[in-house]
Amino acid sequence: MKLKSFIIAGASALALGALSLPATAQTFTFAFQADAQSLDPHSLNETFTLGLLGNVYEGLISYDKDMNKVPTLAVGWEVLTPTKWRFDLRQGVKFHNGNDFTAEDVVFTWERMGSEGSDQKTLAGLLENITIIDDYTIEIDTPIPNPTLLNDLVTMYIMDKEWAVANNATESSSPADAGRDGSYATSNANGTGPFMVESRQPDVKTVLVRNENYWDDSIPTNVQRVEFTPISQAATRVAALLSGQIDLVYPVPVQDWSRLDNADGVKALTGPEARTIFLGMDQSRDELLYSSVKGANPFKDPRVRHAFAFAIDVNAIKETIMRGAATPSGLMWAPQIQGYNAEANTPHPFDPDKARSLLAEAGYADGFTVTMDCPNDRYVNDEKICQAVAGMLAKVGVTIDLLAQPKSQYFAKVLAQGGYDTSFYLLGWTPGSMDVFNVFNNLLACRNEEGTVGGFNLGGYCNERIDELGRIVASETDVAVRQAAIDEAAQILKDEAGYIPLFQQPLSWGVRDGVSVAQRADNVLDLRNVVMP
Amino acid sequence: MLFFIGRRLYQAALVMLTVALIAFAMFQYVGDPVSNLAGQDTTVAERELLKERLGLNDSVLEQFSRFVINAVQGEFGVSYRMRVPVRDLIAERFPATLELSMMSAFLALLVGIPMGVYTALNRDSWLSRSFMTLSLIGISLPTFLIGIFLILFFGVILQWLPTFGRGEVVDLGWWSTGMLTGSGWRSMIMPAITLAVFQMTLIVRLIRAEMLEVLRTDYIKFARARGLSERSISFSHALKNTLVPVITIIGLQIGSLIAFAIITESVFQWPGMGLLFIQAIGEVDIPIMSAYLLLIGFVFVVINLIVDILYYTIDPRLRVEK
Repeated sequence: MKLKSFIIAGASALALGALSLPATAQTFTFAFQADAQSLDPHSLNETFTLGLLGNVYEGLISYDKDMNKVPTLAVGWEVLTPTKWRFDLRQGVKFHNGNDFTAEDVVFTWERMGSEGSDQKTLAGLLENITIIDDYTIEIDTPIPNPTLLNDLVTMYIMDKEWAVANNATESSSPADAGRDGSYATSNANGTGPFMVESRQPDVKTVLVRNENYWDDSIPTNVQRVEFTPISQAATRVAALLSGQIDLVYPVPVQDWSRLDNADGVKALTGPEARTIFLGMDQSRDELLYSSVKGANPFKDPRVRHAFAFAIDVNAIKETIMRGAATPSGLMWAPQIQGYNAEANTPHPFDPDKARSLLAEAGYADGFTVTMDCPNDRYVNDEKICQAVAGMLAKVGVTIDLLAQPKSQYFAKVLAQGGYDTSFYLLGWTPGSMDVFNVFNNLLACRNEEGTVGGFNLGGYCNERIDELGRIVASETDVAVRQAAIDEAAQILKDEAGYIPLFQQPLSWGVRDGVSVAQRADNVLDLRNVVMP
Repeated sequence: MLFFIGRRLYQAALVMLTVALIAFAMFQYVGDPVSNLAGQDTTVAERELLKERLGLNDSVLEQFSRFVINAVQGEFGVSYRMRVPVRDLIAERFPATLELSMMSAFLALLVGIPMGVYTALNRDSWLSRSFMTLSLIGISLPTFLIGIFLILFFGVILQWLPTFGRGEVVDLGWWSTGMLTGSGWRSMIMPAITLAVFQMTLIVRLIRAEMLEVLRTDYIKFARARGLSERSISFSHALKNTLVPVITIIGLQIGSLIAFAIITESVFQWPGMGLLFIQAIGEVDIPIMSAYLLLIGFVFVVINLIVDILYYTIDPRLRVEK
């Protein structure tokens, strides 16, 4: 009797151990400053939301840890004509609910991205048609030759048609549709990715578990369970890492790096981000909205724009404010972006005397006053950068009234919906497609009335030649010809000082020792590459 | 009594309506929600469309009246950012805030009242002096600083207590409680102390001042002359008579514990209503902001009502007056 109960106890202890060990051993916890807004992969085209969902959903193509494009749900492709591509789809892939992934799901996803509540309508518009050849072959037509189609397809996360139909989620739901019928996909997910959503409480906690049936056995991760907690306060986020409750937090304030490096068991993980921080100037109005100069717009004069660029010591900002961790840039796009050319990337020289003489030549020997718009919670140390810029411009006689505001107010003022209400501003930009055309289209192109091109060209910079070159960049499939157009545009931009690029800001993560992660240049945490000790 | 409560409820409705109107007037200046709801590549036309569909192009009065009509029907809209009905969000977050503020109110009373009485009775002892010094520090240190100190000391250096969140919670129907698990209790300690410190010092100083006042009155001297025990004089005669102002203050403070747990909640990432509110401000989540302000207006009105009713039971003179 005794022996029997002993055996039973022992057996159940073993069983318990076997059940509970893997779960506790490989639970990965991480914190970010905000939560994903929705589990619907088409409802918000934002880096963190798509980054998190990229572990649950997958596209035909994805980025690996070095931002190379790798086949994912597509196994191969072929360009049939400049506007027709054939994709072979991966066979044997199952969604989390067990349904098979087929060509129909791709077509359905594309249609869903074009639905009214979707935030990826622009992306959907890059494709003209998808033809199903058979269950695992499709042909994609594009309206114009599109050299960056593969990049654009990365964030086209494939959703299961049957699942969406069964749950009345065939249309993407915008915030205006939330809480109504059809918003099922906002809080439920069914992708093909290596992790499945176990539970989610918005803004509190999201739990993912490993998809045991994932098609790719070669992914490095050994994580079985992921707990994601948004922690909005930077100090609390860093404390959570230091106290050992969380394995990875980001972003970490750059001023805390030394603290992490001095603490036991954690380290700061830093690297260059693909986000370029730059200054823009209103060059469209005849008189600046916020300046002491009346009846004229000093920024229409390239000498004034060059004077501003000469006056700013980017290296000083890098050393003091960014703790050495920024990459001064002469281009409006980062080295990780397709179309980058290192030779063109010489930063604008720093020469305050030259700045003063240029200002005098332009008729502003006594300087002038202009208001600068700046966010204070959007980019790494954004307000401090603006303060430094103001200080440097003061030395050449330009007085800056700094208006630093939270991002909600800042963007409301400076973006199209606020009527581009700014004279001088700081902005950061990562091209979502990781290709330079995105920069041409959003920042460099002459702004049109409808805001379909140049929508983020807040200063209204406009050069006809750059527009022409932009059209080449958009559709030229010959890499060399395309690069020549990019380089020519970069040179024009530099000669005219249409923008003042400052630097690429650093990525700033805090990680527990022993946890291995890949820090991607677009600031996305790909759980496929997380390996726990 | 019923009439009294009825009149109070009517006043409450007025107060809440005013709060909502002021809130809506302010929402015009908090920024543009759409810039947080659209991706970088979203075109201007699409942003405009979203703005239109959210009803943000309507006038303040239109938005306000739509809000009131919906609110009367118990409908508070859907959070822009979390895309969940605000009613559900608040129901989900309310238990966290209530447990936290009740725990700190309890702490504040449990420690504050005896300390107050002690310092009043033994004015010159060294212990009283150190209590008073401590309370001065407690009343002047900002809440977030106390929170950060606690996190640094007990969370980061000693690693005794969790530095954020609520720990494991247990769902009892619609109420989620952290008070049935060990990690829930451990998570509660630091935020509760942080939130309680100010209230505690306030109570100590208030009780002390009131006690000193009462101890000087004739009936205390008379009680002494009658040879009553010191203990009975201090507690049943003196303390009882200090309670009316103390209860008023405590009542209002409980209201502010609930309403202004915001700072403590954001320092500890405590998933309560305060955190919900402060993040809603950052993201211009108007449905959450308006519902929260309305709810807080309601909480204050209810607490005032309870305080008024308590007066009746504590002070017989007030009963006669009415």
